[in-house]
Amino acid sequence: MAFEVNGVTYETDEDGYLANIDQWNEDAAKWLAEDEGVDMSESHWEVVNFLREYYEEYRIAPMIRILTKAIGKKLGKEKGNTKYLYELYPGGPAKQACKIAGLPKPTGCV
Amino acid sequence: MLKGEGMTKQKYDTSLVDELIEGEWPSFIADLKQLGERKPQVEQLLGQMNQSYKDLWNYWQGTVLNVDGYGGGVIARYSELSDEYPDIAQFHTIRIIPPSGWVYSTETLRELCDIWDKHGAGIIQLHGMTGDILLLGTDNKSTYEAAEDLMEHGWDLGGSGGALRTLSCCVGEARCEMACFDTIDLTTHLTNTFISQLHRPEFPYKYKFKLSGCANDCSCSMQRSDMPIIGTWRGPMQIDQEEVAKFVQENGSDYVVENVITRCPTDCIQLKDNQIIVDDDNCVRCMHCINVMHKALKPGKDRGATILLGGKRTLKIGDTMSSVLVPFIKLETEADYKKLTDLVERIWDFWGENGMDHERVGEFINRIGLAAFLEGIGLEPDPQMIKHPTTSPYIKFEELSAPKIDGEPVHDPAIRNEEVESVESV
Repeated sequence: MAFEVNGVTYETDEDGYLANIDQWNEDAAKWLAEDEGVDMSESHWEVVNFLREYYEEYRIAPMIRILTKAIGKKLGKEKGNTKYLYELYPGGPAKQACKIAGLPKPTGCV
Repeated sequence: MLKGEGMTKQKYDTSLVDELIEGEWPSFIADLKQLGERKPQVEQLLGQMNQSYKDLWNYWQGTVLNVDGYGGGVIARYSELSDEYPDIAQFHTIRIIPPSGWVYSTETLRELCDIWDKHGAGIIQLHGMTGDILLLGTDNKSTYEAAEDLMEHGWDLGGSGGALRTLSCCVGEARCEMACFDTIDLTTHLTNTFISQLHRPEFPYKYKFKLSGCANDCSCSMQRSDMPIIGTWRGPMQIDQEEVAKFVQENGSDYVVENVITRCPTDCIQLKDNQIIVDDDNCVRCMHCINVMHKALKPGKDRGATILLGGKRTLKIGDTMSSVLVPFIKLETEADYKKLTDLVERIWDFWGENGMDHERVGEFINRIGLAAFLEGIGLEPDPQMIKHPTTSPYIKFEELSAPKIDGEPVHDPAIRNEEVESVESV
């Protein structure tokens, strides 16, 4: 599967995750967010940007606890929890936010 | 209908799975075949299963599927053979939190069956290994519709992934005279208190509670949960000597000696003049004597529970059973419950902060050591936490270690100044 934004073609896997992670840019993120039905506010971008930064440094998606703590540190303690993240991304930070950030598909239940 | 009889002609080869219809016991294959007559996906499910048996290969592919606002509860599977079996291209399972103690009205069950017949393949598993109600066989779209329908009827999705998993318990005080605390009430309380951790994964890996009212452990908590809570009592067990005498008269003293006295794991029970004498200090509350002589013997009156930690199946290390964390806790008032939930939160904090990805709490303790773990969660060590004495003779006690070359002054600890006892007399 694939999609096209501004003349650039982006390959995806069967669940719509970017096949080539290095191809990610804001255009792709916006397209992916729209596809997921997520209206990207500044708060949404904060999560996506953190995921990108973390991934670039460690080459894995952060554990959820690291994400909630980082958000809590940045935006205040009351937002440093999973409830806040699910309000932004109802499909889940692991699945939806990672997809928009261009990170690899998270592994399943086990 | 008799097993395997009256089937319409089959589209798919099921010769290998058909073997499972043979024998005296009920067969799920026979049931699925019957269901397959009106549900094409079930027919194809059997087809793929047969193919798996033939090729010795599992054709399910795991994926992630969420209902909005939930991080778990759906076990999503794609078929790798969707060309041959198009109706099971997506064949997901929905986990539903069952009522504590697994007690249903027939009306509730009928309602559940109707919902699942409408949205899914019509296969229900009561209950899966996790204790959830498992609803098998739905595609992406129907998953959302089914979840909505289920929630309208008062059901809620269970846990999956690195989350608190659906709790399960034995029937407890609701129907069992052995129960030492109200398992159903505590299970409901814990589920409600920690519902966020159940729906939205935030742990290094799964965390399971199972609650049993006594050491008979009907919820198999020791082997199958990270944190078993098992009922027990303090002080003497209750003995009705009249009933003891009656039991001995009916069954003979030989029977009692063979089946009760000699089976006591700590040899703390005796039969004297048709009376039972128990050395309560050495009783480990294993429940065996009480199970055999249930009219004469009963758990003591000061009841509560033991909290254990660390049970799991093989992952980073081999299978482990849980071991004692809190030897005794009363579980009667709200303050007792608060004590328990506070302890749980401290464990989650410390494990969440320091545990590795996909590391169960038992493996975490194994890696960092019990002493460091207890310090981390702020719990005093207790002799009852010891599983067994060390088997290695090479122990290094700091106070007995060799003097350091430079640095701290050497001082002889008291134990060295004592005279060594003679061993000749032994």
